[in-house]
Amino acid sequence: MKKLFAQVYIWILLVLLYAPLVFIAIFSFTESKVLGNWTGFSTRLYQNLFTGNMQGSSSLLDAVKNTILIALAAATVATLLGTVAAIGIHNLKGRRKNAIQFLNNIPMLNPDIITGVSIFLLFVFLGVSQGYLTVILAHITFCTPYVVLSVLPKLTQMNPNVYEAALDLGATPGQALRKVMIPMLRPGMISGFILSFTMSLDDFAVTFFTRGTIGLDTLSTYIYTDARKGGLTPELRPLMTLIFALILIFLIVINVRQARAQKLAESK
Amino acid sequence: MRIKRSSWSIPYLVFLIIFVVLPLVLIAIYAFQDGQGHFTLANITRFFSDSDSLGTFALSLEVAIENTAICILLGYPAAWILANKNLNRSAVTIVLFILPMWINALMRTLATAELFNMLGITLGKGTLLYGMVYDYLPFMIYPIYNTLNKMDKSYAEAAEDLGATPFQVFTKVTVPLSMPGVTSGILMVFMPTVSTFAISEFLTNNKIKLFGTIIQENINSSMWNYGAALAFIMLIIIGISTLFQGEDESTAERGIV
Repeated sequence: MKKLFAQVYIWILLVLLYAPLVFIAIFSFTESKVLGNWTGFSTRLYQNLFTGNMQGSSSLLDAVKNTILIALAAATVATLLGTVAAIGIHNLKGRRKNAIQFLNNIPMLNPDIITGVSIFLLFVFLGVSQGYLTVILAHITFCTPYVVLSVLPKLTQMNPNVYEAALDLGATPGQALRKVMIPMLRPGMISGFILSFTMSLDDFAVTFFTRGTIGLDTLSTYIYTDARKGGLTPELRPLMTLIFALILIFLIVINVRQARAQKLAESK
Repeated sequence: MRIKRSSWSIPYLVFLIIFVVLPLVLIAIYAFQDGQGHFTLANITRFFSDSDSLGTFALSLEVAIENTAICILLGYPAAWILANKNLNRSAVTIVLFILPMWINALMRTLATAELFNMLGITLGKGTLLYGMVYDYLPFMIYPIYNTLNKMDKSYAEAAEDLGATPFQVFTKVTVPLSMPGVTSGILMVFMPTVSTFAISEFLTNNKIKLFGTIIQENINSSMWNYGAALAFIMLIIIGISTLFQGEDESTAERGIV
């Protein structure tokens, strides 16, 4: 009885959570301009998306490209900067360590709009014209703290003697870093990268304030401007459906593989 | 000569000073300046004498409090069920709760608004609150689930052995031990709700403005000083709410997927 109640509760929440996504997916198979208006089954929107043949909205594909490029650039730099920083922080002590960790927490506590407005004011103050570079710098700002937090625990878990042993056995500090330290930090770096990448993909507010007036759009700002003009580009529906399907497949594959690995480990 | 590893934190420290500290200082500077760069308190006094801004501010806090409360009420049971091995055996369910967050939030919000339109529900405060809960519920469920999952089950068993009823075990052991998760969930829901701008526009057809919207409007119409003053007021509130949170390590768990 209790179990049934729990199951029903979870399923109601999930149905509510997925309703808008299913709604988009269903209406990606009709040509109508307006979401929620069914004008018969058609795969026209998918064709348009793949051929790039859309009335005056090929900028949608540019926005997708920008989103991915910005996320890749920001996540890569954030991972490098954050890993180097984490190694430094790990070797700091006392007040200095606390101070830099406190600073590291600020971008995570700040709502997007504060991060966006404050960095916007920085660029205004410095007289920097805004575009790709400013958006990427702003994204690095809110991504790096998460990399630092993903890598730091790996450093604490690491046995410092292993690194010393490498040095004693004749490795140069550079070799010890590359062959001993980095492999041990890699899981933290990867999860930091993935986290940064997804946060950058998902960002709206920070991009909105730092993209300047050169007409740079990411998917988020594209959707925002589009919706304010009244009427979303219909091709957004198949695009979102495809993204959702890809993520779903990706997660299912990972889960199946994990379950298999678990079974294998149990049978041994 | 070997470089001391602690010096590796210096590039990031410089980066943090330029992109985190300086911008926040600039918010404060712009907030206390007029258009000509002279010191003034006019921006701050303007906020406190403008009933529109104050009203928006009060409404934002109200929506944020209601949203946070609903997220706890709905999210806590969900997290508890998901973390309970007897009720939920598969790890897939928790993934299902995180999955929608990978789809652009604006797109989901717009679809929600269109769903309401199709069902003939007028957009307003009710739909705004629904959309807020919709967007932020996973951010409440996840940290609570995390603390419940890591919790040492022997505490609950000990309480049971000592004669506590299941209800007592829940209120006296489980809930107090899961408080770090709840605090970190509140942190992830409350301030973001106050500061969102696009979501409230879409879900109310521009009828209801939240605090984030008026900051955005001022910045976008080049009224940087007043916009900065509003952002400064928000910063003060964040400062106060972090003081309440205190030295809490749960921030380290935020957003880790």
